[in-house]
Amino acid sequence: MELFGIALTMIILFVSFGFMVGVLFGFFGMGGSFLVTPALLVMGYPARVAVGSGMAFVFGTAVIATLKHHDLGQVDYKLGGLMIVGTTVGIEVGRIGVFYLEDLGLAGGVIGVTYVLLLGSIGVFVTRNALKNDGSDDGGGGHHDAADGEIDPDAIPDIAKKIQSYRVPPMMTIAGGIQVSLWMVLGVAFATGLLSGFLGVGGGFIRMPAMFYLIGVPVPVAVGTDLFEIVFSGGIGSFLYGMEGGVDLSIVAPLLAGSALGARIGSAATSIVNEDDIKIYFGLMLLGGSIAVAFQQAGDYFAVELLNTVGFALILLSAFMVGGAVIYSTIATMRANERSTAPAAD
Amino acid sequence: MIELTALSPEVQAAVLVGAVLVEAIVLYGGYGLLERVAAPPVIKAIKST
Repeated sequence: MELFGIALTMIILFVSFGFMVGVLFGFFGMGGSFLVTPALLVMGYPARVAVGSGMAFVFGTAVIATLKHHDLGQVDYKLGGLMIVGTTVGIEVGRIGVFYLEDLGLAGGVIGVTYVLLLGSIGVFVTRNALKNDGSDDGGGGHHDAADGEIDPDAIPDIAKKIQSYRVPPMMTIAGGIQVSLWMVLGVAFATGLLSGFLGVGGGFIRMPAMFYLIGVPVPVAVGTDLFEIVFSGGIGSFLYGMEGGVDLSIVAPLLAGSALGARIGSAATSIVNEDDIKIYFGLMLLGGSIAVAFQQAGDYFAVELLNTVGFALILLSAFMVGGAVIYSTIATMRANERSTAPAAD
Repeated sequence: MIELTALSPEVQAAVLVGAVLVEAIVLYGGYGLLERVAAPPVIKAIKST
């Protein structure tokens, strides 16, 4: 049975996959097309359609998740507005790179290898840092209060402190009362925009940790501001790819129907789940994604279809497992909070 | 498949982005209503089990 020229089973697959991606997207401010684009590539869609449709999907999901984070007071609009400037330039440079590589017939391979290296290295870095901090932090419950107050100096990573110590004027004040160089903000925005245009991703998987580690933005605000910024970068990217015939609505619409619900749940979960848990899940998801794409690259290189299938299964598994862990952790925290507040209530 | 090939590339792209934006806003509103109705009993059930 077909609906809008696409099989019903595919629609169900897209909606359920979109739901889990939406949970991750609302929770981490990333994870949309980093999961969707490789999945579409494995399913046989051309690189241009996989990248363009992934970007359009990210755009739609970011609109929904940003609205939710806005309600929670987790969006720094000044920082987000400045990052849009640098990201826009970066996306255009990255997009030109994709079309150039596509003409050379190298786009799929280069995009895949870049994915593996980036996801793997950031995944290792974030997981290692989160595990290191896990024992030293107070390990409190939800973390949304950090969005409004002064940031705890101990919560700023050493690398961020060192980078922030280079005070190249003009300086600006961001969430948590932190002073940061405008050039650092624009530089991070350009670099992530470049990756966004090149890989067809929202850029959140590098921008969220970059905002936290390089600029020192509190995690919940980094997620909310990142999503706000993705609305613009995703919209611009979708428009540019749309002009080249790279956006397929029959893929985007069912994915978005699932992710819209998931993003609501994921966004709400950020105000409940412990911050270190967020970082560990984030790192594990990136590692899972990098292993999956590595399998696909090996499958292409050695022309073994089985490796491609394993890679695709790993992408689905990593989305469903981490998404499931987020939901489980949220429910467990809610129950624990209920138990701890119940005796004090009277 | 939705055919937009009769339009210029810029208009096609704008229609596509607009369609995604409209779908996102409609879904946000629709699921918002669902959340308002379904969330309280679901949260209560989670906390009580």
